[in-house]
Amino acid sequence: MAHVLLRHRDIPNLNQLDVYQKNGGFEAFKKAITAMKPNEVTDVVKASGLRGRGGAGFPTGMKWSFIDNKNWPHYVVANADESEPGTFKDREIMESNPFQFLEGLAIASYAVGANAAYIYLRGEFWQVAALLDEKIADMEKAGLLGEKLFGSDYSLKIYTHLGAGAYICGEETALLESIEGKRGQPRIRPPFPPAYGLYGKPTIVNNVETFTNVPLILANGAEWYKSMGTPDSAGVKIFSLSGRVKKPGNYELPFGTTFRELVYNYGGGILDDRPVKAIMPAGASSSLIVVDDKALDTPMDYASVRTLGADLGSASVIVIDDTVSIDWVINKTIHFFKHESCGKCTPCREGNHWMMHLTERIHSGEGSQNDVSLLLNVAKQMQGKCLCALGEFATMAVVTGIERFPQDFQKAVKA
Amino acid sequence: MSLAQKYPNEVNQILAKYPPEHKRSAVMPLLYLAQREEGYVTKDALKDIAQMLDITETDVASIVGFYSLYHDHKAGKYRMQVCTDLPCALRGADKFLADLCGNLGIQVGETTPDGLVTLEAVTCLAACDKAPMFQTQGPDGIQYHENMTVDKTLELIEALKSAGKEVK
Ligand SMILES: Cc1cc2nc3c(=O)[nH]c(=O)nc-3n(C[C@H](O)[C@H](O)[C@H](O)COP(=O)(O)O)c2cc1C
Ligand code: SF4
Ligand code: FES
Repeated sequence: MAHVLLRHRDIPNLNQLDVYQKNGGFEAFKKAITAMKPNEVTDVVKASGLRGRGGAGFPTGMKWSFIDNKNWPHYVVANADESEPGTFKDREIMESNPFQFLEGLAIASYAVGANAAYIYLRGEFWQVAALLDEKIADMEKAGLLGEKLFGSDYSLKIYTHLGAGAYICGEETALLESIEGKRGQPRIRPPFPPAYGLYGKPTIVNNVETFTNVPLILANGAEWYKSMGTPDSAGVKIFSLSGRVKKPGNYELPFGTTFRELVYNYGGGILDDRPVKAIMPAGASSSLIVVDDKALDTPMDYASVRTLGADLGSASVIVIDDTVSIDWVINKTIHFFKHESCGKCTPCREGNHWMMHLTERIHSGEGSQNDVSLLLNVAKQMQGKCLCALGEFATMAVVTGIERFPQDFQKAVKA
Repeated sequence: MSLAQKYPNEVNQILAKYPPEHKRSAVMPLLYLAQREEGYVTKDALKDIAQMLDITETDVASIVGFYSLYHDHKAGKYRMQVCTDLPCALRGADKFLADLCGNLGIQVGETTPDGLVTLEAVTCLAACDKAPMFQTQGPDGIQYHENMTVDKTLELIEALKSAGKEVK
């Protein structure tokens, strides 16, 4: 099947403006501005069933319809922070199919009446930001950005903004704080960004992949989009496959593709043909799924993955084989979260500190079964008490690791 | 010399990105500019940026402290930041880093005796399918180096060494 998002894999040089335009590029943006009212654009996106690709899966059209039309100006922000361990899809989109992303961002801006859009990239994407700046300049020269677009009264500017190495800035309110020139710490919500966002103004934040779906949805219609995927999870998704597979990489597939197809057909199976032991479907923030035949045959859509006691999230599928011990896995994830906790609230700051201390001890072979119980207890104590989802994420692998793979911890601790 | 004197065009371009009443937003791009030459943000640069944006030096310093790509002290000309996060570690990143340390004769966090490379271990860089990998942060920005081996890394270090000589 032809790609919807990774179209550069089918069409050479799609990252050149003339090639992109020859393949229908910016027709949807033109159609929106010249033939549709802003709310009609939102209605098409709503009808398509598109859900946010940044992790939470919130319905995109519905989010756009929440924009507060009594307070102006409005902003649109693209979340290109892409820092969840195991996620590397937005980078491929921006590097290789940048105009489709930019067109989606432009259409969203028109739909919610924003005349300025910001792309927030993690600081490590320094080269990607430089490339996007070039592409934005190409669009300005071609009259696709700027004043009075396509003879209308609508104007739009797009700017890039580089972060500087902080996972928490992927959380949308921390991201907005960061653009405002502050430390990237989450805001207390409500109010949510569509009411109170960048500079206190109504703001729509979406993930890069979410925006990249929009031009084709507008061009081909909501029904076309819904014909792919499952009723609960419409359309296609980029699965970032990593870990102990032969062919790691990004695979664009319809929602509902099974884990088995992803790991074996696309990923080429497991290194040294070992058995799969565990899968983390949503990066380091994920619960650990115990892999058996039933799990492998589970379709990857939001509802089905939940039946395995995990969330699909950003679909960053980390594959773990039987050579790996789960106490080592959670030591890695806690290292990450301890490093990335922003320190604003005590349960997350202190909890991660203690969890790291304990996973270190357990992993080094110095721990006891009491340490394992204490670790589980600390993680459970944190749940429901943190200001943002990072605190919650930090506990997922710990709790599910200890509860679902107890034998690994028994082996790791001193008798 | 102030940043505005040294890089007038870049400073203007940065300020033009944000509404004039929210010029504080320019603090992050200005900090990147400030650490371009020395590899870290000097005391003078803190003061300079604070003045330009009408915020306090403490405000600027707290930004430097919060984000891991800003530095308040000198290190090697290039920071070589090897990803050892879970997905990369599942593909041999820890061994790669240990072997590299052995070859360079330094530990993680240390700098080669010639001052060229500081070796660091970092969290996921969104290149998990191309492990082992690292980024170099230096005077010419941030570059990715993917599907690396120790040999390829040593070659890169040689290239960085001779590149520095040409400039000087
Ligand atoms: C700790 C944390 C990190 C996050 N990181 C990202 C990220 O890197 N990229 C992203 O798009 N969303 C990330 N999110 C989700 C955003 O807060 C937000 O829900 C998303 O950008 C909304 O866009 P979407 O509806 O298109 O998914 C993160 C959330 C949390 C709590
Ligand atoms: S939960 Fe953690 S990351 Fe989120 S606000 Fe609290 S300390 Fe910061
Ligand atoms: S884990 Fe190393 S780049 Fe993602």
